[in-house]
Amino acid sequence: MLSFNQDCWFVRKVVRWRALASIAWSVLLLPATTTLFVFLVRFSLFHPVEWISECFGLLMAASTIFSLILLCGVVLVIGFFNLEGYTVVPSIPCSRVALLAKVLHPRQCVHSLVHCTVGMMVMWCASVMAGGRYQALGSPCTRGESADAPEVCLNEYHVFLLLAGAFIGYSHSFLGVVQNMNYVSFQIIQQYKYLRCKGSLPWVLKCSAVQSLYAVRNYVALYFFFGHIPRAWISNSLNLPIDSSLHSLDSLTGLLDFSLLYHLWISGAFLLLTWYITVLLFRIYVTEAHRFPVQSTFAEDAEQCLPKVLSEKRTPIMKFLALQDLALLSQHSPPRRQEVFSLSQPGGHPHNWNAISKECLALLSDLTQRLVAHHDAVASNGRARPPSATSDTRTTSNSSVSSAVVSGTEDLPQTPRPSVLLKTPGSVFLKSSGRGISSPLTAPFTPDLDSPFSTPSLRHLAAQQVPQQGQWLGSVQSPHIIRRGPKLWSTSTDSQANGSALASPVPTPSSPPPEQKSSFMAQWLQNRKEQVKGFMAKRVLVVYLFNKLPEASSQALFADSQAHIWALEGLSHLVAASFSEDKYGVVQTTLPSILGCMLSLQEAVDRHFKLPHASSKPVKTSCSMGDSTYKTLRFALRAALKTSIYRITSTFGEHLNAVCISAEHQKRLQQFMEYRE
Amino acid sequence: MCSLALFPPPLSGGQITLYEANNELVAGSSPDCYEKQGAQTLSALNFPRETLKPHSRPESSSKAAFLDHKDTLWMRSAGAWRDAGLSGLLDEITNSAEEVPKWLAVSSGCVLALIRWMSSFHGSLFPHLTLSGEEMTAEFSQVSDSAIRSFAWHPHTDKFAVALLDDSIKIYNSRSATAPTLKHRLQRNVSAMQWKPLCASALAVACHTCLLVWHVDPSSLSTRPSSGCAQVLSHPGHSPVTSVAWSPSGSLLVSASPVDTAMMVWDVAAENCVPLQRVGGGGVTNVSWSPDGSRLLAATPSALFRVWETRMWTCERWPCLKGRCQSACWSPDGSRLLFSVQGEMVIYALTFSDMTGGPKSAAVVADLSETTFSGIDDITVGGEVQSLAWDPTGERLAVLLKGSSSHPAIIAVFKTRSSPVFELLPCGFVSGEIGAEPRLIQFHPHFQHGALLTVCWSNGRISHVPFYFVSVGRPHTGGSPPLPHITSKIEDYSTTHTLYTEQIS
Repeated sequence: MLSFNQDCWFVRKVVRWRALASIAWSVLLLPATTTLFVFLVRFSLFHPVEWISECFGLLMAASTIFSLILLCGVVLVIGFFNLEGYTVVPSIPCSRVALLAKVLHPRQCVHSLVHCTVGMMVMWCASVMAGGRYQALGSPCTRGESADAPEVCLNEYHVFLLLAGAFIGYSHSFLGVVQNMNYVSFQIIQQYKYLRCKGSLPWVLKCSAVQSLYAVRNYVALYFFFGHIPRAWISNSLNLPIDSSLHSLDSLTGLLDFSLLYHLWISGAFLLLTWYITVLLFRIYVTEAHRFPVQSTFAEDAEQCLPKVLSEKRTPIMKFLALQDLALLSQHSPPRRQEVFSLSQPGGHPHNWNAISKECLALLSDLTQRLVAHHDAVASNGRARPPSATSDTRTTSNSSVSSAVVSGTEDLPQTPRPSVLLKTPGSVFLKSSGRGISSPLTAPFTPDLDSPFSTPSLRHLAAQQVPQQGQWLGSVQSPHIIRRGPKLWSTSTDSQANGSALASPVPTPSSPPPEQKSSFMAQWLQNRKEQVKGFMAKRVLVVYLFNKLPEASSQALFADSQAHIWALEGLSHLVAASFSEDKYGVVQTTLPSILGCMLSLQEAVDRHFKLPHASSKPVKTSCSMGDSTYKTLRFALRAALKTSIYRITSTFGEHLNAVCISAEHQKRLQQFMEYRE
Repeated sequence: MCSLALFPPPLSGGQITLYEANNELVAGSSPDCYEKQGAQTLSALNFPRETLKPHSRPESSSKAAFLDHKDTLWMRSAGAWRDAGLSGLLDEITNSAEEVPKWLAVSSGCVLALIRWMSSFHGSLFPHLTLSGEEMTAEFSQVSDSAIRSFAWHPHTDKFAVALLDDSIKIYNSRSATAPTLKHRLQRNVSAMQWKPLCASALAVACHTCLLVWHVDPSSLSTRPSSGCAQVLSHPGHSPVTSVAWSPSGSLLVSASPVDTAMMVWDVAAENCVPLQRVGGGGVTNVSWSPDGSRLLAATPSALFRVWETRMWTCERWPCLKGRCQSACWSPDGSRLLFSVQGEMVIYALTFSDMTGGPKSAAVVADLSETTFSGIDDITVGGEVQSLAWDPTGERLAVLLKGSSSHPAIIAVFKTRSSPVFELLPCGFVSGEIGAEPRLIQFHPHFQHGALLTVCWSNGRISHVPFYFVSVGRPHTGGSPPLPHITSKIEDYSTTHTLYTEQIS
């Protein structure tokens, strides 16, 4: 869920209009879906002529028109929620408790409540259009013998449908969280909106029918057990007695009514269809490619140009569309590529290319750093190290993002790592994580690290890093924190215990006496902590809630990888095109850093895929509106990365031997040039 | 326009075409020549049909192979549903009328009759739908009766894959002695293969029920990669797959099935697909991507093919007059499409340019009607086109002509020239051993000294025929002088043989 910066021109000028257009189209499609619904819900096999004439009469009736107006309002509300809630970077909960927190988030509660209400409204319209026994809340009582019988009784069929609407509304909202329905993915190919919509309509129809079937199953089971509660409550509060001569619906005989189930299913499908169409149209409109000018002649349009837009961090949708535009222009339009390679008029600097390549490289090296940090965290098995390892690599990433070659932990000796080593206060963790420099075993014995203050300062550092980085990757950062959640329920003791707990088991002859006292305390605390941990670990529920979901952390790392894929495609196509189109040789100056960046990312990705669960494929979800593209983004990134490197090597061939990159990278590049990767 | 009459007469008496040099095809006399000549380029391979066993089991079910055994009705119904779907289930219920209530048997009989009537109506619209899966593969792909079902060169290295009759795939690499064999449970009826461009390892295989993408590590020494190396891509209703095509940029894979009116655009790594549905034509048999990646040809089983542009994925319809598009190939720059139509003995050309919004009609560029060369013994050549292949430099065009009862299949090779006007010039016929007919042809994607044509023969032999010439694009360091050519005007014929197009989105 993102809150938009109102000042961003893109949201004001493009996204809002797109959302409005999509809502307008879904309103215009309402009469069609309503007609379909009326014909299906009033279907009678044995009186076809009556059926058709009745349906046409009903479509003209005032009640139907009123229902349509109400449905328009519903679509407006749904469309508003789509616009407010959509995201291009899904947030992936790494444990069940995180998922639970997402579901119980106040914002989500409001979402669910509104959807319940709106679902009831749609079901009210559906019951009015279905007519017959569903028509109204009150119905004349059938009980005739007693004189004091009231005239009007509660119509349970109507209540049944209304409650079904609320239930389906809630389950839609709930499944939306679980399946990340607010995630908007981009198609692998470009298509015109009309054709794309036409192509997805059958799928949406099938989807709503299937989902409605599941919802009906769940709802009927729920009503069978708990149906009497809301019924009694409504009957009491509205002072409508329950007709005792009829079967109540929370019994087997009441629920095994085929026509009731059929009507319920059709109405549920109608409800979901109108909502799904709104979602579908919104996705199609929002992900439509937008063409950003590469350079502009007017100074006031400068912020709308591709180089400026790419470096924008606050509006992810704009950044994504800009990267998509970059990938498209690098593949398909030579005149726009020329603009990228062009030099500025006074001065002759390749500002466009510099800005674009710098931004793409920053994206890629950021991913490299993230992968290295994650790998280190996993390799150290989550023992007190991850926060420091994370923060340290973040520091390097931030300090050297603009510098050209940023490499992984071990591969390059000439990275600025040694200097960082000296500056960072918590060098213990850094050393232990940087295995190339000193072995992890010896690290805790070095005298400069026994100070118990290292951890708080590190934590402070980490806390600084997270908001700084998380401005547009906000949801990506969360897994690190959530993942550590289960280990942190004893954090109150950590600041003391952590630093010395590592040191205490080791005999440290050089440590002064007061240290030993604190180490005794720490020992005691550590024991308590272990006891609590052991106690909690035995409780099945706790384990169930706090256990990490497999491959979730991997998915979370690559959640925004669509941006990286486009950056890779754009860069590699531009570099390949520069072989023949770049007159001034502007690309050649950045070629070493591009190759270095790609090769270190390649190494980091390769290492990541060696982790358990990283290369396991997710289960295919059959028919749901939730988009599961993000689950396979890491595979797509790996393939795109290899293809990009191959594209550059196959274009430049032997000339690449003249590019100066480190020996390590030269070796890797040679593998690619021989087609051995 | 070029015709076969202008060609030098084909070889007779068991002579074998070895290579082209100085504008002439050089012949040898014995099959050993392949080995001798192979020493300098690539080794020739031989797969005798007798050594390979095709799958004896028919595709549908294993029922007939076992003794009759009385299951309960429930079990049999479940089995029928699994094997043959709804119609099988209904058939089972109707056939066991004494075990089920009468009304059920009667009603299922009625529904079955209705389904059959509907499908026969549908089949009369699109006759190819009545074929079984194997027949369809044989009909619409290049798969032949020989031991070799399919052949694919790697686009960047000296490596090729051969699909054999026993549904295994062998990979030969010039730089390594190991030839990995790929086998997979789902790898049945292989009809097409293609290596992924800009990748060392991925091979897409079109199979009977699905699409397999193998990842064969080039540095691995394993001779039998596990089936874990294969990705299975399938989509309901999209089988049998008869054609696959990678985009030249290596990012997308398109697959086609004659049964499915949608062709699938796959993002292979992420395993998701976008169906591109166009109802007309009743299916897609053959897809082929232009080398520059801007256009995609999709042939249908009917007299219609489509040319998609790959930026916004809209298509042009090209209705043919006579029959379906049998084979097609793109020029290396992607601006020209040569294709042949079933039932006609000519090659058509379509020229695309970005300026004018596409061509209006196709022109005939070669006439392949039967011609008799009189010599020591009369030799007849000509006929319909089985397949077309254009070499990557755009200078040689190999045309595999279907044989008939009177004369065998033969490969005619044309020289092509695109400026000042596009024309085909005769080069010669490529003939093999006595009794061996060419079945599959493919050009090596990056042969240094001209073009290298790989031919798979009906006796299971794979041979390589090099064409040594100096390409126009390369600096001219003295080579074979051009042949004096005799061509008639294209314009004379283009008025009579034209195709019409309607442009739709």
